[in-house]
This record gives sequence, C-alpha cells and structure tokens, in this order.
Amino acid sequence: MTPSGLLTSLVRHAPTAVQAVRRTVVARTRTGWVAVRRTWRQSLQLRIVTITLCVSTLLVGTFGILVASMITKGLLQTETATAERKVRDGAIVAAQQMKGSDDADPNRGGVTGVLTQLTDRPEQGGQRFTVAMVPKMGEPLITAKYWPDLDVRPAITDELRREVQTSREVAHQIVTRDLDGDGPQRYLVYGVPVETVSGTVELYYVFPLADTVAMANLVATTVSVTGIALVVLLALIAAIVTRLVVRPVRLAARTAQRLSAGLLDQRMTVRGEDDLALLAGSFNQMAENLQRQIVRLEEMSRLQRRFTSDVSHELRTPLTTVRMAADLLFSERADFDPIVARSAELLQLELDRFEALLTDLLEISRFDAGFAMLDAEPTDLVPIVRSVTGGLGAVADRAGVAFDLDLPDGPVIAEVDVRRIERVLRNLIGNAVDHANGQPVRVTLRANDTAVAVAVRDHGVGLRSDEDKLVFNRFWRADPSRARQTGGTGLGLSISLEDARLHGGWLEAWGEPGRGAQFRLTLPARAGDRLVASPITLIPDDVAEPAESVPPAPEAVAALTAVLPSLRRASHG
Amino acid sequence: MRARVLVVDDDPALAEMLGIVLRSEGFLPSFVADGERAMPAFRETRPDIVLLDLMLPGMSGIDVCRAIRAESGVPIVMLTAKSDTVDVVLGLESGADDYVIKPFKPKELIARMRARLRRGEDVTPELLTIGPSGNQITIDVPAHTVSRNGDDVKLTPLEFDLLVALARKPRQVFTREVLLEQVWGYRHAADTRLVNVHVQRLRAKIEPDPERPEIILTVRGVGYKAGTG
Repeated sequence: MTPSGLLTSLVRHAPTAVQAVRRTVVARTRTGWVAVRRTWRQSLQLRIVTITLCVSTLLVGTFGILVASMITKGLLQTETATAERKVRDGAIVAAQQMKGSDDADPNRGGVTGVLTQLTDRPEQGGQRFTVAMVPKMGEPLITAKYWPDLDVRPAITDELRREVQTSREVAHQIVTRDLDGDGPQRYLVYGVPVETVSGTVELYYVFPLADTVAMANLVATTVSVTGIALVVLLALIAAIVTRLVVRPVRLAARTAQRLSAGLLDQRMTVRGEDDLALLAGSFNQMAENLQRQIVRLEEMSRLQRRFTSDVSHELRTPLTTVRMAADLLFSERADFDPIVARSAELLQLELDRFEALLTDLLEISRFDAGFAMLDAEPTDLVPIVRSVTGGLGAVADRAGVAFDLDLPDGPVIAEVDVRRIERVLRNLIGNAVDHANGQPVRVTLRANDTAVAVAVRDHGVGLRSDEDKLVFNRFWRADPSRARQTGGTGLGLSISLEDARLHGGWLEAWGEPGRGAQFRLTLPARAGDRLVASPITLIPDDVAEPAESVPPAPEAVAALTAVLPSLRRASHG
Repeated sequence: MRARVLVVDDDPALAEMLGIVLRSEGFLPSFVADGERAMPAFRETRPDIVLLDLMLPGMSGIDVCRAIRAESGVPIVMLTAKSDTVDVVLGLESGADDYVIKPFKPKELIARMRARLRRGEDVTPELLTIGPSGNQITIDVPAHTVSRNGDDVKLTPLEFDLLVALARKPRQVFTREVLLEQVWGYRHAADTRLVNVHVQRLRAKIEPDPERPEIILTVRGVGYKAGTG
C-alpha cells in the first residue's frame, strides 16, 4: 500500500474507529452507571454517607467562605482606617511645612525635606509605607525613599490622580503592581491634595498590603483545612453511625432469609438494651411465634393427613364388604322376586356413585392437606388422549356424540403424572360428552418447545360469562334443574384444576351461551417449569373470527363485552 | 386342583365376605387376622397365593410381605385402602406383585388372582439370552431358572414373567401398558407404577449396577426394552 493509500484508508477508517471508541466508552459508561445506581439503591450506608457528605460540604463551605470574607474585610478596614489617619496627619504636617517655607520650590530641598520629615518618623509596630509627592500639577513625582525602598510611581494611577485633583479630598485605591520585582503584589495607595502658597501639591502614600493578604490567605487556608477536615469527619461519623445501625438490620435481614428458607431455629443475638436490642428482641419473638405457629400448622396438617388416611381406610374396608355383598346379590338377582331384584340393582348403582364420591372427596382432602404429590415422568400424550376417548366411547355412543380428534402426527412428550392427566382428560371429555347435545366433541392436542395443551371443545349449551370460573367450584352445577346423564360427583373439575396446578399447569374454561364451551389444559413440557403461554388459544378459532367480521349488533356487543375478560386472558396465554 | 388362598385381614366382615366370594369362585381360603400370626399360618397352609391387607394389628402388612418374600416367591396381592403413591410403592417394593385398592369389585380381584396363578402353561423348551456380552443373562423358561455368568439368580414368578416378556422380543420397546397387559393381565391400562417398581426390583437382582442398567433399558417417554449384545 502506498503512503497516500495508507493515509486515505486511515482517513476513511478514522470515523468508524472514532465511532467504535465512542460506542465502547458509552457502553462502559452505561455499565458503570448501572452498577453505581444498583449500589446506590442497595446500600443504605452509601446513601447516608453520600448525603451527609454533600450537605455538610455545602454547609461548611458556605460558612467558611462567609467567615473568611468577613475576617478579610475586617483586616482591610483596620488597615484602611489607620492608613487614612496617617495620610490626614501627613497632609496637615506637609501643609504647615510648605507654608513655613516661603518659596516652596518643588524641585528643591523643600519638598524633599517635607517628605523626609513625613517618613522620618518610624513608628513602632506601625505600617510600612512609602510617600511620594507631586510638587505641582503635572510635574513628575518625587519619591521619599523610606521603607521599603521602592519606586512607587507605577502604583499611583492616573485615575487616582485625577480623583485627587478633581475632588480635592482624600482618595484611595487598591492596586496590584510588581514594584519590587518579586511578582505582583497588592498595595493600598492613598492620595491627598495639600494646599500651599504656590499651588496644590499632591501627596501620595503607598502601603504594601502583603501582610494583610498573607493574613487573609492564612485565614482562608485555615478555614478550608478545618472545613475539609470537618466534612471528612462528618462523613466518617455518618459511616460509623450508619454501620452501627445497618449492621443489625442486615443481620436481621439475613436471619429472616434463613427463617424463610426453613431454618426455623435461627435467632439474633440480643446485646444491651438499646433500640437495636429491641429490634433483635422483637425479631426473635416474631421468629419464636412463627416457629410455634408453623410447628402447630405442620402438626395440624399431619393430623389432617393422618385423619384423611384413617377415614380412607376405615370407610373403605366396610365399603368393600358392602360392595362385594351387593355384587353377589346383583349377580343372583335373576332368582329374586322383581322388587328385591330391583333393590339389588339400585343398591349396585348407588354404590358406584357412593364410591366415586368417596374417592373424589378423599382426593380433594388430599389436595387440601397438601399431601398430593406429583409423580411425573416423560410420557407421550397422544396414546393417552386416544385411550381416554376410547374408554369413553361407550358413553359417547349412548349420548350420540362423535369424537373429532385433532392430534399431531408425531409423539407429544411431556413430563406428566399419567394417572392425574388421564383423570383430568377423562373428566374434561366426559363433561363435554355430557353437555354436547349430540354434537361432535373436538379434542385438540398441541405442543411447542415449552408447553403442551389439550383443548376439549363442545357445541352444547355453553357457559354464561361468569360461569367460566364457577365451573371449577366444588359441587357447582350449571343448571340444577337439568337432569344429569353420567352422574358426576360435582368434584371432577375441582380435582382436575388441582391436578393441573400440581403440574404447574393451567386449566381454563371458555364458553358462550348457545355456542358451546372449550376447556383448555396447558402443562409445562418439563415438570417444574413456569408456563408463559399455551400452544392453543382459549377461545376456539371458529368463534373468534365471525365475531370480528359481523357488524356489531347490540346483542353482539353485549356478548363481546362478556367475552372480553376471557379474550384478555387468552392474549396473555 | 383348587388353589389355596391365605387371606391376611383384620376386618372380620370383609374376611367372611371374601371367603364367600372366593369359595364361590373355586378357591380354598384360609384366614388370619393379625400380622404376628401371619407367618406361622403361611408356613402351615402353604398357600398358592396370598391376599394381604397393608394395615394390620401387630406386625404391619409391609413387614409380613417382606417376611413372606424372604422365604417364598408366592404371588402376593395387596389389599390397600391407600392409593397414594408412597403407600403403593412401599407395598410393591416390599415384595407384593400386584395390588387392589379398596373398595374393589370382586370380579376384579378374582381376575388379578387368576392372572397371578396362571402359570406353567408353556412347557416348550426355550432358552433366552439377553444383556451385553460379558454380562449376559440366561433364562431357562420351562425350568423357571435365571442365571447370570453361571450363577443362579432367584426371581419371584412375577419378576420372571416380566423378564421373559422383555427377553422374548429383544430390541422391541414395551410400553408400560403393554407390559401391564402381558405380565399382570390387565385389560385396560391401570397403574404404571406397578411396572416401574417391578422393573427396579428386577434390576436390583440382575443388573451389576442398577443405577446404570444395561440389561433392562429405559426408553424415555415410551417404556422399557431388553438390552442385547
């Protein structure tokens, strides 16, 4: 590559490189910012220390500036007052001296004498100063060389001179000049007109302010150092105090976490009698009570389970005997007279119902006691759906209901408890057959990566808008007056809902009067996973679409409003 | 020949009713009402099949089951009022071959018992071999013996039937439902826990490392198959 080519390429690439760098910087800054914000949100100590630091800096800063400026101002005032007195004295002395000499020739000994006299009075501990004089307006300055030994002429500005000349009064100015070659310094320059016979003479005093400035600087430094020390100390105190308070709180939080993780005997150590000891004490008391309650509840739950189990055994054994006796009677009924034979039939039939009811009641009480356990293993759901519909074939034939199975070609594997899922499907499909009014019942099975779903659709009387929740209530019946066909126990859907929940799944119902109902069971493909969506919509496709294309009549609007909650749920699901 | 049945149950009414039903079906029942006396009664009557209630006074049904299994492979059918997985699995793991949950239908019980008693019908000489080479299991079907590397392995009749069912068609995957039908004689799919527990028991006896089975393999989501060399 030629040098010029390299340059071109550099130029061409430069913007991208710059952009990349900027992006990196922006990204880094953002990451850093996020980290800082997280720490800020999480640490009470950091927040308190930072706030203390900010507030105390502001307070101490304001206070320091105020104090420093006041002291400086005071120093300057004293200086000015002393200087002015000296200047006025000097003016009177000069005036007398000049009057005394007849010919106040500025260029001769007279002025120099006056100056010498004015400066020839060293005062103990007084201000150092230099005096200068302008013998006549417009003439060059004559300087009395006192101490410090300086040419003060640059310090006397035209501005000051003009003021002295015009106001005929004492005037002063503070100037910054480099008179001794050691760098610029501040000087207080006083000017005063002195009336003599030969005209007005200007008398100037130049006071170096180095001491005052040094003093002011010292004050400022002292105030700053004290202020910074104070702020740091305050922050430190805040940190220590917060730490004192935060530590037991953090300890309490950790103990609470352990408690909630099941370590019920975790306690805090109570030290002293202060508020934090009170916190620890109250915390321990709470933990104590919680532990007692939990142990009590566990005991109750254990008793409940034990009771369920005992009732189960105690009821089932006599029921077995009754059942066997009834079976025997039933099989011999041909030999009985008609009344006894019919009684044997009724006994047999009602025993079936009794048994189903007992089984369901025990199942529900097992759920209530939290004793139900999931026995999940990877299972293909297709044969399960087929076997359940097959098992219900006789019932469906009697009701004149056909099954319309919509199953995927391949296997649909999910980790489920086969016994429970079979029970749920038997329930849903059995219910659908009961309420199908002779129309076909459609069973759809679908799966995606995370979930499997079975929807059971019937075209019977359907459900009213509020009934899609009620159907899962125990012993709830859509229409008490309607005759039952299969004689369900009224607990089937409640148990199914519990079974679905045990899998971490959903069981939902949709229905509309006259348009049938759909029950949808959604289960996570892997046991223990959280469900986020179902592969099947809750509202059947054949219902959702016409509702949109038809112009909304008042009734339709009402129906839509009724469907809306379930629609919303469907969009969630 | 009428099959002898030992009924171990503490409920007199149920025992009497069982007696009526069993006799009418052609069995010879004898009864014992508590766990302590179950073993002496078992040794005395030498039954062909045992009906065992799990909740018994004295010795628990689980312990009785283990005691019987320790000395005999006689078929044991549990009568249980508890359908919870723990109870059922515990019963099966202690050695029961099958179970019926109270309240059961008499016909169902009789069907299960007959399935367990229906044995020794095939007497054609048959020698099956399964398992990876170096770790092979040889099954002599008419002699009802199983050996691993020349050593005899004691299996209960049910475990033997399960192994034979799998070994007769190596490489074929059996679903739990099919096994329930072939081995236990269930018409409709019932409890697949039955199959799981028995496969585990069988593995414990014939696999060198039951945690990593080589002879009876699990096919995820489908069922089991016999491993071959």
